[in-house]
Amino acid sequence: MNHSIVEIRNVCFSYNGQEVLQDVNFDVAEGDFIAMIGPNGGGKTTLLRLMLGLLKPDQGSVRVLGMPAQKASHHIGYVPQEVHGNRSFPITALEVVLMGKLGPGKRFSRKSRQDREEAMEALARMDMAVLAGRRIDELSGGQRQRVYIARALVTRPKLLLLDEPTASIDTRGQSDFFKLLKDINKDVTILVVSHDLLVISTYVKSVACVNKRLHYHCQAEITGDMVDMMYPCTAEEICPVELLAHGLPHRVLKDHGE
Amino acid sequence: MIEALQYDFMRHALVAGLLASVICGIMGALVVVNRIVFLSGGIAHAAYGGIGLAFYFGWPYFFGTIGFSLGAAVVMAAVTLKAKHRADTIIGVIWALGMASGVILLDLTPGYNVDLMSYLFGSILTVPASDLWMMLVAAALISGLVAFFYKDLLALSYDEEFARIRGVPVRALYFVMICMLAVTIVMVIQVVGLILVIALLTIPPFIAEKHTRSLFRMMAGSILLGALFTISGLWLSYAFNLTSGASIILVAGTVFLLFLPIEHMIRRSRLRTGGAPSL
Repeated sequence: MNHSIVEIRNVCFSYNGQEVLQDVNFDVAEGDFIAMIGPNGGGKTTLLRLMLGLLKPDQGSVRVLGMPAQKASHHIGYVPQEVHGNRSFPITALEVVLMGKLGPGKRFSRKSRQDREEAMEALARMDMAVLAGRRIDELSGGQRQRVYIARALVTRPKLLLLDEPTASIDTRGQSDFFKLLKDINKDVTILVVSHDLLVISTYVKSVACVNKRLHYHCQAEITGDMVDMMYPCTAEEICPVELLAHGLPHRVLKDHGE
Repeated sequence: MIEALQYDFMRHALVAGLLASVICGIMGALVVVNRIVFLSGGIAHAAYGGIGLAFYFGWPYFFGTIGFSLGAAVVMAAVTLKAKHRADTIIGVIWALGMASGVILLDLTPGYNVDLMSYLFGSILTVPASDLWMMLVAAALISGLVAFFYKDLLALSYDEEFARIRGVPVRALYFVMICMLAVTIVMVIQVVGLILVIALLTIPPFIAEKHTRSLFRMMAGSILLGALFTISGLWLSYAFNLTSGASIILVAGTVFLLFLPIEHMIRRSRLRTGGAPSL
């Protein structure tokens, strides 16, 4: 539990002179299940892209498994919000998952049958095996999301990054989804960007608040203070039911001590 | 059609059309799924600048055009990778500039009067055997490259970001793809003209895309459709004494328009039955 998968040190990042992240220090410990919350434009996705080596920090360093992020990105399983681009791309769910079997220096390996089996296993784990032969554009948003997770899992990642995975799933589906993630978390570290505060407090182990700066709370409790600080409106406006009416014990988090 | 094949020029035209279908079927599938039809149009028109350069400086026609279009293609690819949101504008600029400079350079070349119409519609009935060999080599090269990089091209086309994370050399591969496209376009323009290149790059893949479940099958489907269009277009042009390139395009366009309502009906019945399998 004390081994760090990602080490972010003094990272600053700006787009066109606009500072998005400021002096961020953050460690992702092995086995953790972190929810990343924060307002839109607060830098969550930027932070994910830095970890994936898709962006380079202006200052500071991002190391993954002790290596620079660019070199270690293939150890991270990434589940994007939605794959945009061509919606009517002719590709089956199985083929999307097989994409996860691409990797550096694997061009000449001919293990297509084994790859296929692993891809089918990953789809089965996501309850998607029956739909493996379906075209991806014939699936619902939630089913597509499961395919993308299967694609990430088949890379045998050390860390799974999910960017707002529940955006296209209804409330009931969301808690099923997080149960699934909890199960995956038995052997994979997970970092998930989410706005669903109730779900977070039930399933995750810790919370990272990102709004230009990053604050890490090693217990998954959400408070009104925290919400006030991170979102530009009150807890009641964001989730009038989830936070207040479920009768969960809302323990108070420590202040962002600094 | 059979009697028409006793003529050398008809046989050549048929082979040229079929080779163009193969090349355009493969590259067209990539063009359509990557949504770079506009970029292809840009390369095709800018290539006219290459023709002007070749004539003005007395370079061999083929190398002048290839060189110029590769240059234009590389610039367009770089812009597309760097500033996606402005790419279409820059491509439009190169498109117009290339074409205009071609026209001016040909004006300045004494004694030459290249027919713009033949650039637009080509002259598939006068293809020499040497061009057929060149097209055969190009078809073989393109098929080989696409087969070798198939998985990477698929990942790049479907989800560029994920491909990058998996260590696919996305940038290099994108340039390779655009350069293959430039070679394809120059090659096929020479034979069948600019308009037919655009038609063969877009219409067969567009129809195939909806009825297939993999990029490979989409390519195969596009090749078959392209071949069908060329053969029937050539036959029509022979039987009714029409311009061959334009006939092929009209056949393709008619099939395309016929497919739209049929597709609509298929989609509705598929919704009702809950997903009938496509190819």
